[in-house]
Amino acid sequence: MAQPLNRLKESPSQTAGPYVHIGLTPNFCGISGVYDHDLGDAMVNAKTGGERVTVCMRVLDGTGTPLRDALIEVWQADAAGLHTSPAETRGDADPNFFGWSRRATDMETGECMFETIKPGRVPFPDGRLMAPHISVWIVARGINLGLHTRMYFGDEEKANAEDPILARIEHRTRVPTLIAPRDGDQYHFDIHLQGEKETVFFDS
Amino acid sequence: MAADALSNRRAETGVLFQRDRTWHPPAFTPNYKTTVLRSPQKAPISFDNTLSEITGPTFGHHILGELDNDLTLNFAKPGESAVGERIIVYGRVLDERGKGVPGVLLEFWQANAGGRYRHKKDSYTAPLDPNFGGCGRTIAAEDGSYVFRTVKPGPYPWPNGVNDWRPSHIHFSIFGHSFAQRLITQMYFEGDPLIWQCPIVRAIPDQAAIETLIAAYDPQATIPMDARAYKFDIVLRGRRSSLFENRLEGN
Repeated sequence: MAQPLNRLKESPSQTAGPYVHIGLTPNFCGISGVYDHDLGDAMVNAKTGGERVTVCMRVLDGTGTPLRDALIEVWQADAAGLHTSPAETRGDADPNFFGWSRRATDMETGECMFETIKPGRVPFPDGRLMAPHISVWIVARGINLGLHTRMYFGDEEKANAEDPILARIEHRTRVPTLIAPRDGDQYHFDIHLQGEKETVFFDS
Repeated sequence: MAADALSNRRAETGVLFQRDRTWHPPAFTPNYKTTVLRSPQKAPISFDNTLSEITGPTFGHHILGELDNDLTLNFAKPGESAVGERIIVYGRVLDERGKGVPGVLLEFWQANAGGRYRHKKDSYTAPLDPNFGGCGRTIAAEDGSYVFRTVKPGPYPWPNGVNDWRPSHIHFSIFGHSFAQRLITQMYFEGDPLIWQCPIVRAIPDQAAIETLIAAYDPQATIPMDARAYKFDIVLRGRRSSLFENRLEGN
């Protein structure tokens, strides 16, 4: 017998379930008076630097039906590519930008909207620049372990073409599942849980 | 917006331990029927964390209201309280190295003592409690410890099998320091026979893993004449040190 490593195991995940709104967006589901506002309901204010964009997301099941009970969280860098995080060691991020937000998908349409700015480029560990992207985390009834992925921007063809993560995707036909097309100031990102258009999810 | 709770502490910037995906429930667990159409079928792509995964938001105590960690009172009319078995839930947020994780935001949600959620999608016949909303939150202390007061949630039937009942449980949402540590799970109660019959619980393949989600009744931590206590520790992904890359960050 060798020495024990004495490591703990991560707590196993359980689904967020159909009532995730009660805990994470109580005002959204009619529980008012406990929290002033739902956490993460604003990323930008009047002074935030960078290009304002709106991102519209949906999550679709294996039949193509939008989930009306999902919750999506996003995390991204500011316009200069810096994160509002203690682990950001390269400089101070925009104090008027909060890089994290959460939204419940609409109980009728399944859509949710994020008002944000287009992030700057963040370096990969080897120094190459990644393309602008938003990290995305999805939980819902029927999802046993929250799903990580990224949204890239459809009008960043050059940056996307040299992105080290997109380059890791073996089946090139799947790369577009991570790229949201632009329509005016709005990007549309459909996350497919299954099927031919299944989104590339991350184990990182 | 500022990371005030963490401003006096140097953040760790190492990448996270690889997640043991055999310990978590797999995506496709057909006895929990909703997973059938919501489970990805292709393999996820694996890569070491980049800054996008290592960084993450932090939340200062300024977001917290005085009653945020007391579900018996935070939705109740003045002078009233939620109905049910009054309990304290306490524990620590640790990482896989056994270190307490400070400054972590924990959010909780649950059914009331009768097993009913305050949600328009819940049609269970058990009544709503006018003094119980069902949400709470707190921020872990420097050693990762946290505590909140609530009522023990009731079990309830759910539309999976015709006679499937969820064991009493409290949902937990936990932020680590890295976005890739983000975790949602559920806490169960020691001694509940429904745990071992529940298709959601049994999506977890390993009995030892399930047992880590069962809070222990702790008679020494009760508040006499007020509330019993359950202990529930939570473990987030560990972190590799940057031992040979720059400065020692301490394991």
